[in-house]
Amino acid sequence: MEVTQIRTDFPLLSRKVHGKPLVYLDNGATTQKPQIVIDAITDYYTEYNSNIHRGVHHLSQLATEKYEGARKTIQQFIGAQFSHEIIFSPGTTSSINLVASSWGRANVSADDEVLISAMEHHSNIVPWQMLCEEKGAKLKVIPMNDNGELIMEQFESLLSSKTKIVAINHISNTLGTINPIEEIIAMAHDKGSLVLIDGAQSIAHMPIDVVSLNADFYVFSGHKLFGPTGVGILYGKEAILNEMPPYQGGGDMIKSVSFEKTTYNELPHKFEAGTPNIVGGIGLGKAIEYINEIGFDFIIEQESQLKNAATNMLESIEGVKIIGQAQQKASVISFTINGFHPLDVGTILDQLGISIRTGHHCTQPIMDFYNIPGTIRASFAFYNTLEDIEKLRAGILTAKTMLS
Amino acid sequence: MTIEDIEREIVDEFDLFESWLEKYEYLIELGKDLPLIESSEQTDENLIAGCQSRVWLHAKLAEGLLVFTANSDAIITKGIISLLIRVLSNQNAADVLGAELKFINEIGLTEHLSPTRSNGLVSMVKQMKNYAYTFSNTK
Repeated sequence: MEVTQIRTDFPLLSRKVHGKPLVYLDNGATTQKPQIVIDAITDYYTEYNSNIHRGVHHLSQLATEKYEGARKTIQQFIGAQFSHEIIFSPGTTSSINLVASSWGRANVSADDEVLISAMEHHSNIVPWQMLCEEKGAKLKVIPMNDNGELIMEQFESLLSSKTKIVAINHISNTLGTINPIEEIIAMAHDKGSLVLIDGAQSIAHMPIDVVSLNADFYVFSGHKLFGPTGVGILYGKEAILNEMPPYQGGGDMIKSVSFEKTTYNELPHKFEAGTPNIVGGIGLGKAIEYINEIGFDFIIEQESQLKNAATNMLESIEGVKIIGQAQQKASVISFTINGFHPLDVGTILDQLGISIRTGHHCTQPIMDFYNIPGTIRASFAFYNTLEDIEKLRAGILTAKTMLS
Repeated sequence: MTIEDIEREIVDEFDLFESWLEKYEYLIELGKDLPLIESSEQTDENLIAGCQSRVWLHAKLAEGLLVFTANSDAIITKGIISLLIRVLSNQNAADVLGAELKFINEIGLTEHLSPTRSNGLVSMVKQMKNYAYTFSNTK
């Protein structure tokens, strides 16, 4: 498979920014969309736009079929046992909030503990903090070492019968660390705790099998997986989801409503109140079909090559320090340049057509840990090339010269 | 000079630049000449919220005119504040409050006004006007 060929599937990649060919290295924030996803969105609105699960009319049935078909595609993609374990949500953040609110309020009480890690995105910190504040429970944090790896001995000692849930990212969006989630899940289960995995940064980069991982919840966003924005997934084990109270009330999530008593619908509809992001779900299904065609063998090989090349390139530039040196690392590379503010570097790179991200990446505790104001982050997808890395190198050198 | 006069002067200067490179090099140079805030004033209290780079801004009244000083840890941000200070410093509070600052658009720095840029140009202007508002009410 040729990357130059693959790149033609993504119309946006051929555009210019500030008059220069785009070098898109912000895939950790969001990925570009292949033409077939864009076409699926257009098709929905031009051919069969209608509300799902309600109408007897032809269009409604078409839309329902496509939407439920997408759910099955997603189920197979992550190896879930049942399609009703796949709950559509607006994104990773919403999925975490759903679990923290619905499962959390029913299962966490005073003096219980929720365990997160030192490298969580704010979306996997704040919902748990809110839950703990409400319930008088304790939020405990698994520390990391200077390389940006979780200290597993500390994790073990933090785990206890008080631990109700461990919420942890699969891959850190700032450091690129791939966390040993199989081990974490097994250890947590031994103590009777559930585990939620924030898969926002992993889902597009490695095959996921929720059954063999034995994850209780696995959450991710569609837009980081070459799908549309505003749609995401909460995977949960059937038995746990069944026990959970509904999250939001409204249409589609009910079985019957009277002013005296409402009975709730079955999974997955119990957690999908209101008209969902129909086109988002269908687009996400299409994106997964596309990824299945590319295949993770190719994705993993390509991204590992990009990661190694980018790491070597950055290490060859004087003053560059890579933040996050975990043994197990994805193609997300944060760095600082001694004497230069990330924002200045990012501004110059932007003028050169290079999209990277600067700042704290919604992980302020990581910035505090390293005592830095922010980092410059390059995050790769399989459509990036070695030429992109060469342009990044040239851009950094230009920025250094200009800013000196 | 009035605020508009200074704005026109800046627009004329930027018109001379043929590339973004020259424009940003000039901004970086301006950043080095920023009227610096006294170190005793470079406190958390004078830190402007909402900036990806840290920006400290101070204002005082001298002979009836507002005088701004500032600092930032990012050099391009310093250049941008330097322009703002050149336009708004040594003006009376009412004029600062009424300033439309069209030059930002005209010299092609509008992208820095976008909330996503997080470099706080919007917050800086707001804070400068807040100072102007406060001083116009204490007179």
